[in-house]
Amino acid sequence: MCAAPDQAVALPPNTDLNRETVLTGRVLAGGQPVGGAFVRLLDGTGEFTAEVVASASGDFRFFAAPGTWTLRALSRAGNGETVLNAQAPGLHTTEVMVA
Amino acid sequence: MSRQDVLVTAEWAEKNLGTDGIVFLEVDEDTTAYDGGHLPGAVRVNWTTELQDPVRRDIVDSARFAALLSAKGVGNDDTVVLYGGNNNWFAAYAYWQFKLYGHADVKLLDGGRKKWELDGRTLTTDATERPTVTYTAKDADLSIRAFRDEVIAAIDTKNLVDVRSPDEFSGKILAPAHLPQEQSQRPGHIPSAINIPWSKAANEDGTFKSDEDLTKLYGDAGLEEGRATIAYCRIGERSSHTWVVLHELLGHADVKNYDGSWTEYGSLIGVPIELGSGR
Repeated sequence: MCAAPDQAVALPPNTDLNRETVLTGRVLAGGQPVGGAFVRLLDGTGEFTAEVVASASGDFRFFAAPGTWTLRALSRAGNGETVLNAQAPGLHTTEVMVA
Repeated sequence: MSRQDVLVTAEWAEKNLGTDGIVFLEVDEDTTAYDGGHLPGAVRVNWTTELQDPVRRDIVDSARFAALLSAKGVGNDDTVVLYGGNNNWFAAYAYWQFKLYGHADVKLLDGGRKKWELDGRTLTTDATERPTVTYTAKDADLSIRAFRDEVIAAIDTKNLVDVRSPDEFSGKILAPAHLPQEQSQRPGHIPSAINIPWSKAANEDGTFKSDEDLTKLYGDAGLEEGRATIAYCRIGERSSHTWVVLHELLGHADVKNYDGSWTEYGSLIGVPIELGSGR
């Protein structure tokens, strides 16, 4: 699951996608973006790694490392999670459904 | 100290908004979070510009801390309730500074912004006005702050608790995964440190785990309770969270926060560094 860079996601200048493994995505409930969800990045063993707050449009981003990651979202609209396989540096995109 | 002295619940906080003598202060990693809505009556503290020295690489000194609280309208006799985003990382960092400079009554809102928001409690964008006061800070209590030479001397002697994520501990990455990996210092950890990520002390909603769970967590990980402890992370904020747990919630006697943390240690010339998952 390695999509082309999404131009709607503004990466910081100097982000080197040949070197950095960037995970981005959107939190959705019933197909609608969920702004302000708490998105937790868990590593392959389920260990907590980081947490961000999704933007008003439900978007989130992590700078991780190659590996298998779980993205878990908590929100007023419910919770949910999805697994993302990011086996190499680059931009990896996913969606997390909450209910 | 005990849990009741250190933490307040969201219910308690909601009932005590606007109460004379109780001041709510928001401290966020994302310093703009306050603008999007804050607890009614809460005052913002910016950790980058107000809790750190503007020139030297250091936290603010006692005089600057006093000037800050005077300007924010926080009196020596006020009960200060700190809260913030990202599981109270920076609120815990501020809490540690309030203790360092001897504030009598300071508490953390258990769960911080996250629990408050998930509960659907009120946030406002109304400005908070508080008249300035004259605050007097004490000299820094260095029994809760560790410096680098002390940390080097603690290798194989004291409990060194590295509270970063396993990948930061092993040297795989240099910063938490929500931040760009731009640091240039060496990766790894201080030899003999045990890795107990701060996150293991918190529930998913940002509240602290129970005393029983916390005692088991650190005991199982090999923290020796009778020994002095130094906690560190990357820049001293996640280790403040663990410092709160060990010193304030569990009541361990000698616990210091090494706020220089990995950004300092991992840039020193000639100090020992260990890679991998630890001993």
